[in-house]
Amino acid sequence: MNSVPKKLQYSKTHEWVRKDDDILTVGITDHAQTMLGDLVYVELPEPESSLESGQECAVVESVKAAADIYSPVSGEVIEINEALFETPQLINDDPYGKGWLFRVRPYENDSPHLLNSEQYSKQVASEAH
Amino acid sequence: MGKKTALYASHLAANAKIVDFAGWEMPLHYGSQVQEHHQVRQDAGVFDVSHMTIVDMTGQTVPAFLRQVLANNIDVLTPGKALYTCMLNEQGGVIDDLIVYKMDDNFYRLVVNSATRDKDLAWLNAHAKEDSLKLAERTDLAMLAIQGPKVRHKLATLFDPTPLQAILDLKSFHAVTLGSLFIARTGYTGEDGFEIILPIAEAPALWEKLVAANIQPCGLGARDTLRLEAGLNLYGADMDEAVTPLESNLGWTVAWEPKERAFIGREALEKQQQAGLKRRLVGLVLLEQGVLRNHQKVIIEGMSAGEITSGSFSPTLNKGIALARVPVTIGAQCLVEIRGKQYPAQVIKPPFVRQGKNNTVAIA
Repeated sequence: MNSVPKKLQYSKTHEWVRKDDDILTVGITDHAQTMLGDLVYVELPEPESSLESGQECAVVESVKAAADIYSPVSGEVIEINEALFETPQLINDDPYGKGWLFRVRPYENDSPHLLNSEQYSKQVASEAH
Repeated sequence: MGKKTALYASHLAANAKIVDFAGWEMPLHYGSQVQEHHQVRQDAGVFDVSHMTIVDMTGQTVPAFLRQVLANNIDVLTPGKALYTCMLNEQGGVIDDLIVYKMDDNFYRLVVNSATRDKDLAWLNAHAKEDSLKLAERTDLAMLAIQGPKVRHKLATLFDPTPLQAILDLKSFHAVTLGSLFIARTGYTGEDGFEIILPIAEAPALWEKLVAANIQPCGLGARDTLRLEAGLNLYGADMDEAVTPLESNLGWTVAWEPKERAFIGREALEKQQQAGLKRRLVGLVLLEQGVLRNHQKVIIEGMSAGEITSGSFSPTLNKGIALARVPVTIGAQCLVEIRGKQYPAQVIKPPFVRQGKNNTVAIA
């Protein structure tokens, strides 16, 4: 079974979100990286760029397939994980840690609609059938 | 549920991710397809390719029949030798690509793609009019491919000295029968290695022995990136019935001599050659980081001029690579459209990788 840490929140499109003070860190879930297989390329948003909630803002590609990453919130990109350009495999090895994609500071009044770990696990289970 | 090979349980036991491939439940990878790719380039891997269709043809009229249905000429074969060839329709379109083995004067073995099994058998049967010609699909046989630079070395622990020597003495595209094993020095990875055809009942035990000799199980994912790096076409992606071998970098597999051999498709190919070839299959190497994908557009001088037929990521070169069908006039560079943006790519003559090393040389 793929891991779904309880302390994180999740989107229906298989991103995870961690909230530290007012900053959100975004990555893809263990389930998503397993489905994609070995990752070999990433495109990340420009630092300081502005994202709309639900906007396609990054791409992760495995040998097998490309997947769009959607911003869970409207906000400003404050940091991207540049280590991924050199080593996309970090996403496979440590999806909730070293494989994070970008950090975003949400605009005021925008709180994302996200799933808790239990809801996300249920969604993954339902997709398998 | 799809069809399962004799090794299905072995795959599950080795934690394979199973996918559907032409109606078969086959291993995509056993953890990491990139690691398996490197394993074959640098060491040794074993693939279950039992989904491939094996057809044995016997009878006095078999040679004449194969001279008619295959674009390459079986007359160059002696017993124990193999030939790569296309089977064409009247328009010169590729029905399938296959390997034909001469077993004996009136006994030939064809190994064809599983995805094209039904139409291949229908085509062969429709043209096999002579009663003396027997065509038998060998569903009782399994097939393993062991590939990689260290395969020869690792076989030493698995065979007695006499059969081992017979295997090691095989030249490329030669085969030998050792008891129930039919072993050929062929493959689909660009590395040295062997393909072994054997009775289904014996396949799991041989698989275990190979794995115990540190020949690592590898899935169809690695097989695809290995064959792409080696510049080997995939039927259904790089060629099909809408294109000829001449447009598919397979002109070398068409035997024009002797002139009087009227193989199916010959007239169409001759007409195409006389009219002048318009398209060809080339290799592309993406110059920036990224991954090339099937059906992406190739752009030359601002115009959409061709299409990627097989695109992926080369673990050996760490670059996006592809086979693409393009105008014959293409120069040393082109652009590829990825998600609406255009990226430069180098045009090369495949293979991309030869004996584990970068082989990308620009087309002049």
